[in-house]
Amino acid sequence: MAIVVENLTKKYGVQKAVNDISFEINTGEVVGFLGPNGAGKSTTMKMITCFMAPTIGDVTVEGASILSEPEEVKRKIGYLPENNPLYLDMPIVDYLRFSAEIQGVEKSEIPARIGEMIEKCGLNAEKHKNIQELSKGYRQRVGLAQAMIHDPEVLILDEPTTGLDPNQIVEIRKLIKELGKEKTVILSSHILSEVEATCDRILIINKGRIVADGTAETLRRQAQGQELLTVHIEASKGDIQKELLGLKTVETVSAIEGKEHWFTVQSRPDASSRKEVFDLCVSKQWYLLEMTGIETRLEDVFRNLTN
Amino acid sequence: MSKVWIITKRELSAFFDSLIAYVMIILFLGLSGSFTWLFGTNIFMLGQANLDVFYDVAYWSLFFFIPAITMRMIAEENKSGTIELLITKAISDNQIVIGKFLACLILVGIALMCTIPYYFTIRQLGNVDDGAVLGGYLAMIFLSASYIGIGLFASSLTQNQIVAFLLALFIGIFFHMLFDVIGSGSTGFIGEVFSYLSIRTHVDSLSRGVIDSRDIIYFLSLILIGLLGTQIMLSKRNWK
Repeated sequence: MAIVVENLTKKYGVQKAVNDISFEINTGEVVGFLGPNGAGKSTTMKMITCFMAPTIGDVTVEGASILSEPEEVKRKIGYLPENNPLYLDMPIVDYLRFSAEIQGVEKSEIPARIGEMIEKCGLNAEKHKNIQELSKGYRQRVGLAQAMIHDPEVLILDEPTTGLDPNQIVEIRKLIKELGKEKTVILSSHILSEVEATCDRILIINKGRIVADGTAETLRRQAQGQELLTVHIEASKGDIQKELLGLKTVETVSAIEGKEHWFTVQSRPDASSRKEVFDLCVSKQWYLLEMTGIETRLEDVFRNLTN
Repeated sequence: MSKVWIITKRELSAFFDSLIAYVMIILFLGLSGSFTWLFGTNIFMLGQANLDVFYDVAYWSLFFFIPAITMRMIAEENKSGTIELLITKAISDNQIVIGKFLACLILVGIALMCTIPYYFTIRQLGNVDDGAVLGGYLAMIFLSASYIGIGLFASSLTQNQIVAFLLALFIGIFFHMLFDVIGSGSTGFIGEVFSYLSIRTHVDSLSRGVIDSRDIIYFLSLILIGLLGTQIMLSKRNWK
């Protein structure tokens, strides 16, 4: 178990930013924290990284507790904070060396680590510049490089792709996926497609609580429940809606407004009506022009859970 | 210890890369040099081969320069958020504070070292009490260390460098002047307490060349309180 979070609670005054959260993350998992702004994602991350102590609860990272062995925990974690703060007046290489030294990387290994990070994060063309001369995308890469410089077992990335252009986002995601093969990664985001594209597992956090936990697939299935189909049938005679409703597996049928001969068919729980609809059309000699399953999008799951 | 040095090294290179160090050293030397040798009641008016005039000037110039050095140390990290990055590295709050403290002390030490030629110049003019000179420099170093402690504490209270600067001066002026004024204005026990609290008392006593444990204890406790206060402000994020 890479990370075990137990009854984590953080109060700001009377307001509970994080309210009794417990979860476990296995080694090698890429986990996405998903939630609206102010849900408590960053606060949870700040507690895991020992930036602030929880009001109640404890976190253990690879067996070390944030309360009793914070330095051990901090050495195991590579952290990219929100907004990616950096010492802007330092050259990239000096900054990476500083990060490596402070994280206790062996002196003889430091040049090789810096070289590797510059390579991995695509900083080669810019490596002699001061950080303040870099564009936002490159700064984000420096932030990632400093987080990974000591080869930590756990990477915690708070909104790693904010402010990047679409190409850079794709690259950073690729990098995260790459890293996720050997490391435990937690990242937070409020962009659903990002979490879906990069994470093995999603934790949806709302108002300081975990409201859903699972893969994108299971979350969708949970939210979906019953099968939904859109069908387009052309018939010369007969009442299509009534006939469809007569099928055993079908619960409701509604005509789609503004489109003639289009219907939304909802099946009974744990049943599929695809074959029945087809057979019906064959027996009635209708033309089945289109039949599509409606997949619940993660957006809908998210909106349902957090609204 | 080595972690402390990593912080110190970074802060020192920040000083020297950003010209702060050069500006500070040049201003300090320019001011103390001109008032020691050229203007006002300079060293030649005194007719004695000692560095008392220089100490008097440095007493005031350090009081203003040190807050200017310390003001950005933590306030800037608070403002830019880099403090979060620093704290979540494998380093304790203690080591961060001591590292920053040492960096400031080394910078002031370099500035003070640049005034050593004054001593050799004076030695050409007459017999110098070496003990008093040594004591005087020791007093300057202790005085600087105390103000650095206060300055760091002030810097840890805010995100704004100007506020940090003014706060450091505000806290400092009590030790620098006000306690002395109160102490000499009152009699008996209260008078004694306030003159013990005044930095002037201890600087004067050290720069006479007498190294008294009471003075050393005074300075060390002042430094310790400053650093402790800074550390408490840094760990405030951990309060439940």
